[in-house]
Amino acid sequence: MTLISAYLEGIGLLGPGVPDWPQGLAILAGQTPYQQQKTVLSPPASLPPAERRRASPGVMAALEVGHKACAMAGVRPAEPASVFASSGGDGRICHAICSALASGDTMISPTQFHNSVHNAISGYWGIAAGAMTPSSVVSAHDGSFAAGLLEAVMLLGSEQRPVLLIACDSDYPQPLHDARPVPDTFAVALLLTTMPHPGKTIAQLSFCGDTLFTDAEVQPMDDHALETLRQSIPAARCLPLLQLIARGEAGRVVLDYVNPPRLAVDVAPCS
Amino acid sequence: MPPVLVSRFTATSCIGRGLDQTLAALLDRQSGLKQCAFQDIDISTWVGEVDAVDDEEMEPELRDFNCRNNRLAQLALRQDGFAEAVDTAASRWGRRRIGVFLGTSTAGILQTEWAFRRRDPVSGCLPADFVYAATHSPYSLSDFIRRKLRLEGPAMSVSSACSSSAKVLASAKRMLDAGLIDAAVVGGVDSLCATTLYGFHSLGLLADGPCRPFSDDRKGISLGEAAAYLLLERMPDSPDGDAVLLLGVGESSDAYHMSSPHPKGLGARMAMEQALSSAGLSPASIDYINLHGTATLNNDSSEAKAVAGVFGATTPCSSTKGATGHTLGAAGALEAVICAIAIQHDLMPAGPEAGLRDTTTGIQYLMSNQRQRVSHILSNSFGFGGSNCSLVFGRSA
Repeated sequence: MTLISAYLEGIGLLGPGVPDWPQGLAILAGQTPYQQQKTVLSPPASLPPAERRRASPGVMAALEVGHKACAMAGVRPAEPASVFASSGGDGRICHAICSALASGDTMISPTQFHNSVHNAISGYWGIAAGAMTPSSVVSAHDGSFAAGLLEAVMLLGSEQRPVLLIACDSDYPQPLHDARPVPDTFAVALLLTTMPHPGKTIAQLSFCGDTLFTDAEVQPMDDHALETLRQSIPAARCLPLLQLIARGEAGRVVLDYVNPPRLAVDVAPCS
Repeated sequence: MPPVLVSRFTATSCIGRGLDQTLAALLDRQSGLKQCAFQDIDISTWVGEVDAVDDEEMEPELRDFNCRNNRLAQLALRQDGFAEAVDTAASRWGRRRIGVFLGTSTAGILQTEWAFRRRDPVSGCLPADFVYAATHSPYSLSDFIRRKLRLEGPAMSVSSACSSSAKVLASAKRMLDAGLIDAAVVGGVDSLCATTLYGFHSLGLLADGPCRPFSDDRKGISLGEAAAYLLLERMPDSPDGDAVLLLGVGESSDAYHMSSPHPKGLGARMAMEQALSSAGLSPASIDYINLHGTATLNNDSSEAKAVAGVFGATTPCSSTKGATGHTLGAAGALEAVICAIAIQHDLMPAGPEAGLRDTTTGIQYLMSNQRQRVSHILSNSFGFGGSNCSLVFGRSA
């Protein structure tokens, strides 16, 4: 039976009350209590000045976690193929364009228009990292993280080079916020490799052909606030996987996907 | 990796509903482009609008999905026995072993545009009938088609602008190669909306007449809408003699600019070379190239340099966007279906008459339809954000 493995060598994390992976690890491992705060975003130094000034919350968060995952793995950002998973595109631009059109103003800003594409983050990552590698841009509503993880593992198999998965979602302004109540920006990056590297590999992620598509339920997070975070931002559906990794535990984790099926991942710590 | 069987395909665009009408239009070199009369859009441009999309009625249990994009998706799904072929595949492989991977750039954003026009004047709220997940979300398309076809396997939407529905073939092939599925419904659906019409207008990229890819007087793109599907299946031991195969895929990123292609076509070249390498073919074995060919000077020039760099000046090539318009997230799948038609009917389509060709490009652009055996085709799809995808199709014998 098919058994596919990927080796996790770098993690980047940014979300409300989670400024980076080391602090996220402490929270998920139960060493530090989780306190919800607004996500703190910083302009990406890797972009040219004009693009940096205009960077959206999604671009800022995605580039930050992507660079951190690559740095942790010791992989040049230009090297990996990439997968960008997001439930929706840039909410603020969508709001601006739809509001302008509704008011009869049809002179859409050219910059806003090209930034409105769902793959804007992929494009900016390519420019910032100098990465000419294949880049997939996927969406599966609340299951977007799992769809991205699966795509990343498939790309790993076909490309035989490291793959960087970045899942990122940010909030819509009103009135779209009522229709899609994502409260804040959350981004996670996983740098995956085809082979383990002793001393560097954090965990082995395995996907068993018999069981990876499952009807099993997602185990909620123990911490109520973390469970709220998991449910409220699509990219945060990664939290059960990160929790197992943070605790250095082996086991099977079930992630929301296109319910049904959900996606089952077997995690084995390597350090 | 072994080839993948393209066991059924269909397309609906402004040149026709289904394969017969599409083939007839290609043979006659007709264009489906007309002066834009879409809703209250006020731009002097031509568009490829599909007739009677809004006559489609949704089943009651799928009424949340009711938007132009999904109506077009449903209309196209009825053509050429496609849904029935998926049912047959489901009974052979099992519903859990068939993936649904569809590309779209804007999904049902037209619905959101109109919801903003119907905001409550006091509260500012969107109307209560606006359903984000089933219309606006990029995944709404794949969700809708997966429900229509009652499939239960893996699914996602790919939204990488104008390469979206080419890249779904790459994603599906990877999952087939890995043995996680036995078949996949792939394709793309994009429909006209104010965001893309006014957006491309603001970029100064819309032609005021029908688009003329690779003509010496080209003035930009014409937008169109389309829905196209292909059923990919694990390769049988003895495929039919005229079966169409997906032989190779290649993807790359420009890492250059958000809305302009790499001036030398470097990313495009990498995608084509990777597609050939993945198919195990040399450039000389490609009989025809279906170009991305949007008819902007920048795009055509960049693609011509890339094609000339890989293939030299003798491989016949053309863009079919003069017939269909640029259907954005549906273009990759629409043109994949045109490639499948070309293989099955020994046709290299030249596209509609479009005046003098740009002879400075150094590629063999077709001036008229060629009827001859077509064994291998490469199809290009490139998008905003520097997203490139090339596909190689062939025949089983």
